[in-house]
Amino acid sequence: MKTFVCIKRVPDTSESVVKVDASGKDVDSSKFSFDINDADNYAVEEAVLIKEANGGTVQVICAGPQDSDVMIRMALAKGGDSAVRIDDPRINSLDPLKVAKVLAAVIKSEEFDLVLTGCMAADDGGMAVGVALAEELGVSHAAMVKKVQVEDGKVRVQRELEGGISEVVEITLPAVLTIQTGINEPRYAPIKGIRQAQKKELKVLKIEDLGLDENEVNEASSLIELQNLYMPEVVSNAEVIEGEPEEKAEIMATKLVKGGLL
Amino acid sequence: MGAIYVLAEHRQGVLRDITLEMLTKASQLSEKMGGEIVTVLIGSSVDSFAEKLAGYSDKVLYVDDPLFADYNSDKYQKVLVELINQDKPELVMIGHTTQGVDLAPALAVEMKLPFVTDVIDLEFADGKPQPVRSYYSGKVNANFAFKGEAPYLITFRESTLEVAEPSKQGKVEKIESPLKEELDYRRFIEYVEAEVGDVDITQSEILIAVGRGLREEKNMAIIEDLAKAVKGDICGSRAATDAGWLAHDRQVGTSGKTVKPKLYIAIGISGAFQHLAGMKGAKTIVAINKDPDAPIFSVADFAIVDDLFKVIPKLTEKLKELRG
Repeated sequence: MKTFVCIKRVPDTSESVVKVDASGKDVDSSKFSFDINDADNYAVEEAVLIKEANGGTVQVICAGPQDSDVMIRMALAKGGDSAVRIDDPRINSLDPLKVAKVLAAVIKSEEFDLVLTGCMAADDGGMAVGVALAEELGVSHAAMVKKVQVEDGKVRVQRELEGGISEVVEITLPAVLTIQTGINEPRYAPIKGIRQAQKKELKVLKIEDLGLDENEVNEASSLIELQNLYMPEVVSNAEVIEGEPEEKAEIMATKLVKGGLL
Repeated sequence: MGAIYVLAEHRQGVLRDITLEMLTKASQLSEKMGGEIVTVLIGSSVDSFAEKLAGYSDKVLYVDDPLFADYNSDKYQKVLVELINQDKPELVMIGHTTQGVDLAPALAVEMKLPFVTDVIDLEFADGKPQPVRSYYSGKVNANFAFKGEAPYLITFRESTLEVAEPSKQGKVEKIESPLKEELDYRRFIEYVEAEVGDVDITQSEILIAVGRGLREEKNMAIIEDLAKAVKGDICGSRAATDAGWLAHDRQVGTSGKTVKPKLYIAIGISGAFQHLAGMKGAKTIVAINKDPDAPIFSVADFAIVDDLFKVIPKLTEKLKELRG
């Protein structure tokens, strides 16, 4: 099995305050901590599991700046064989269809069986790149996959649906699968792997190296345009409990007990 | 102005809520920009859906064929390409659901359509529909503009609005399937039902919910103490079940359970829409999070903006004291 896995570096904003910056088109990310996108981390693990079970190779692809290299090396340490990073600020990364075009250009140049991506990026949440990538490559796909079984020339996958239900779908290879979180238990990179990863190939390319023209993937070529970002009005009718942590706990406990909420 | 196309979504004999939500939004938009509302219904013997949808549409295009007994994105794509090419609608709305996200991006690439995903609202500006979407799990919104020519394509988020009453009597037009045979490269096999666990959280009166903010499994101890003190059950966001702190059947949200307890205490949960959709029906919601702008506070009745590790153990202690 020859597998590609596409990964992205994203900020963890689950408990951070997010503010729009002065440009009005981006957020102030100076205080964020970054790492591999959660779903992509599961995709890397799944790619390595498939390689361990079936033989073959895992190639890591990332479209992003140099800060992504730490995350890419970790994916190599876990079992990736080589990596390509497309480092080109001319790519309109706000448009999933442009990102898909760039990733497709890397993959098209080689033969492959499977492409795995995370099903959703934690920052933009668009859930579009993987399925668009399949169409660019002219291969079949399945989105939101929570189980993969490789069979002869096919994959049998479970797609997660709403309400805990899933559907089993059989897909002919080559194919693109977008991987849902929780599909496996991502491993920690072994020390030996981390050492080896430093020696593995990590090619850094520009769009011209992929045979793409700037006018195919830049902002001007996009059919959508970000106008501005703004903070949504959080309409909250909540009663805000004030005080030191201890006081808040006490007030809340009293309200729960005396207010008959328990 | 061209038509607004809405793709009906259904599964296992049930019309999904997102369909009428999109039709409600389409109707608001059509008042401003004009254009017929055309619902595209693809399925096998789903006449009752066609009738219901007519109440919200100027026209229902109904492809009724055994080929569509179960959902298959690739088959849907073939039908939609045909219909969109024929009619050139102004806007095509598909649900931002497990069906829609498996379909819309490929359709956009094939037809080179201007495409915005996970849209939470639609305005009408500069003679075009203008999508609003959200970033960072609902912490920032973005106004997008379409460039180029219609048709424009969006996926529309679930549970963003209340469904209106039916006010139309559109005609149902049965059309022959543009697709004539099965596709050999993608085959539906079967549905797998949800796991059944030891506790059915949809029946729980008191739920203590945990999210990513709890950081590590060993911190579950303080949650268990609190749950014991209030005789509640523990559930969580996707982050908590993915991390293995909780069994999957304890997940609350669109991909898990929808719960309606008397009391829901959300701890370290920022409140992505997928989670809110599963718990906003709770009678009383207490939310504890460090970020004052966390979307969870939009549905909370009581808000504690603080470090959960400082608040929760104290809260448990106080509750034990008060309840004896």
